[in-house]
Amino acid sequence: MDSVRESLAEIVGQDYVSTEPEELYIYSRDLGTTEPHQADYVVAPKTAQEVQAIVKLANEKKIPVVPLGGGVSLTGIVVPLRGGIVLDLKRMDRILEVNERARYVVVEAGVSQGKLAGYLEKHHRNLIHSEPGAPPQATIGGNVVIHGQGDLALYGFNSDMVGAFEVVLPTGELCKIGSCSLSPYWFSRPPLPELGGLFLGWLGATGIITKLALKLYPRKRKRDVEIFVVEDAALVPDVAYKITHLEMAEDIVAWSQELPPLYRGLHNINIVFSGDSEKELDFKREVICEDTLGAYVRGGDGGFLDLQPEMKGRILGRPQIDRSTADIKKGGGFEYVGAIIPVDCYPECWREGVEIAGRYDIAYTLLGRIIGKCHAMMFSWTYAFNRADPESVGQARQALHESDELILKLGGVPWKPGVHAQKLILDTMEPNTLRLMMKIKEALDPNGIMNPGNWEVQ
Amino acid sequence: MALQDYRDIIHRCFRCGYCKFPTNHIEANNCPAYARFRLESYSAGGRLWLIRAWMNNEIECSERLARIVFACTACRNCVERCPYRFSDEIVNMIVAAKNEMVDRGLVRSTIRNFLENVKKYGNPYGEPRETRGKWADGIGIPRYNGQEFLYYVGCVGSYDTRAVKAAKALGQLLLEAGVSFGVLGADEDCDGNEVNKLGEEALFEMLAQRNIEQFKRLGVTKVITLSPHSYNAIKNDYPKLDGQFEVVHATDLLRDLIKSGKLDVSGGVDATVTYQDPCFLGRWNKEYDAPRDVLRAIPGVKLVEMERNKSAALCCGGGGGNFGTDFLGGGEESPARIRIREACATGADILATACPICLTMFQDALKTEGLEAKLAVKDVSEIVAEACVSKKASTTD
Repeated sequence: MDSVRESLAEIVGQDYVSTEPEELYIYSRDLGTTEPHQADYVVAPKTAQEVQAIVKLANEKKIPVVPLGGGVSLTGIVVPLRGGIVLDLKRMDRILEVNERARYVVVEAGVSQGKLAGYLEKHHRNLIHSEPGAPPQATIGGNVVIHGQGDLALYGFNSDMVGAFEVVLPTGELCKIGSCSLSPYWFSRPPLPELGGLFLGWLGATGIITKLALKLYPRKRKRDVEIFVVEDAALVPDVAYKITHLEMAEDIVAWSQELPPLYRGLHNINIVFSGDSEKELDFKREVICEDTLGAYVRGGDGGFLDLQPEMKGRILGRPQIDRSTADIKKGGGFEYVGAIIPVDCYPECWREGVEIAGRYDIAYTLLGRIIGKCHAMMFSWTYAFNRADPESVGQARQALHESDELILKLGGVPWKPGVHAQKLILDTMEPNTLRLMMKIKEALDPNGIMNPGNWEVQ
Repeated sequence: MALQDYRDIIHRCFRCGYCKFPTNHIEANNCPAYARFRLESYSAGGRLWLIRAWMNNEIECSERLARIVFACTACRNCVERCPYRFSDEIVNMIVAAKNEMVDRGLVRSTIRNFLENVKKYGNPYGEPRETRGKWADGIGIPRYNGQEFLYYVGCVGSYDTRAVKAAKALGQLLLEAGVSFGVLGADEDCDGNEVNKLGEEALFEMLAQRNIEQFKRLGVTKVITLSPHSYNAIKNDYPKLDGQFEVVHATDLLRDLIKSGKLDVSGGVDATVTYQDPCFLGRWNKEYDAPRDVLRAIPGVKLVEMERNKSAALCCGGGGGNFGTDFLGGGEESPARIRIREACATGADILATACPICLTMFQDALKTEGLEAKLAVKDVSEIVAEACVSKKASTTD
């Protein structure tokens, strides 16, 4: 028997390691358009100590390690580009502590967004976390290492909401970052020197986060949504600016899609707000819809959708359920490119997105989520494909690559970039910044085993 | 439908993973096979991707692939949770893959033995047909002879030592309530539900037709089942083979008998009870209320719910023939052991169920967990019987 497999089995138990073709097939690919790369081992650890032992073994044998959370990032960042061990972290799924008064939760990194939402709903109904618009199996750990955002984007990126955390370094040491390194509390990284940036946003190339504190927010008793619709893309940044000035909306998402035809050419702006009473909700609705956006309505520039309860439920549901995107072509596939970009770029993002989709005969699906008080926007270009049709997959891939290039052209930064977008970033980046990144990577991961192929200069 | 007929659907699974969750999202392991192994290959989505890879000759049909496919208990959690329009076909696609493997002789000996035993002996245990009715010896249960109801017991209730007690309890309750019923004894045959979910379509049709013919020959119009698996086959599959019978599950009838006063449960049972929804009663046939109504009708019973209940319940891991093939046993994370721990966490004295397969799976898990002093596993019929006995005892006193 393969001695590495044997050693891995000693660490996690026979049931949770595989070198069988079935697991290697599944873990060699993700859900998007990235070409598969053969994994050599699949391992599902239960504890940070098991992760440490695996990483130490991988260092000794110089085997790549690819950490995997929910596997729904879509851009190929969990595809084992150089083979090696795919480390499925979803067995590390304990919710360890909720500190009600300090409003944070400590979880193992493999806790899913769905599980945390369900847990808070059941046990802490006055608290809420920022949940990404992803399937519920997206993990808390996975989301913060890609700088995800969620439905409390009012408060910033989800990685801004990370308190203290624990990480297994690429050389196998378990390291605590922030308050938990010297205190029983996991609430904060400041005022210590900021070490979080060595891991957040690195796509698992500098270590494996195994436990983390995540900020929670007051959960109001009632939530509601209104959808404001405009035809002119140029109005979207104005509307977003005015609404964020009110500090009343917890999530603002502009979306535009070609199908069904009813929506074609329109910009639909979801404005989610909440309150502890009908009175509070009514007040916010009046300030947002009448006092602030009423002028657009009276000027004939926009209007509100008459939302049916079913549609409201779908938007406000936690976790959110997307019933359509992956099956637009009855093909079980979609991938999107995301950009972190100024809100004022919305019209160009939209216009060029429509053109790219048209060139590849794909119905356009475009979306911009406002982050903070208009401090940034996550704009996504989504391309559906038919998984059973290689030509359709190839077209989507090309459209994604064009969108990557567009982001750089417009002054944005590709979000959770796949290898294609990473190369564009590294080629464009100011050389001293690039050198600093490479020095950090080399210092932390001298054997280059952590998710190799990512954040690498070719 | 044959596996090839699903070629235009099977690639539409995105593997978004909703299929792993219960409706309340409280856990990410509500697919029993995924709960046991926690590898993507064992989730419904992973299974569909592997079946498609096999159809496209990207992987071969190995013993492990067969194990992954047959580990599906057909619990329908995936169907319940999948947000896509083809969701109703998920279990059908997996069963079609099983069918293809069975037809091509690619299955493991445990599955072959299960099916061959059913074929030869009419039960998966390989027990003689003649002993099938032995469970009813000495308790005065009549043979079916034109009574209003046929009491169909099923393989597990007839042979498994633990489930036999539930079969007896129900039989005695029916006698006590004055229900006009009879059993087939040694002439009862396997209902075929598990055979069907194991993909042995031809054997299922043979069994179903044999049962339908026998029922018709004897003039059976109404059937009471102990097992939700039998209930499902007779209710949903037999009509397709021209077998139209009015079928009720035991809990539905018990509810009526208590309500009408034919069963006097006023003796009560002083216990905190939590209830396991059997998949073939709950998710397959949407019956969530009858068992709970029965338990609530018993004085002294305090019904508490596990966090995963009704359509969100975690399967015991025994469906789809897994109670015999045991692909999901043998570890702390076997679904039955997880469920026993969850039942204990409610503070319940009794984990009630309404399915002989759940009963046997949980009884074994209870022993393995070493929790027999804290929790008892009982069929709803047994709890009703205790309430009736208590009443009699107090009357006698």
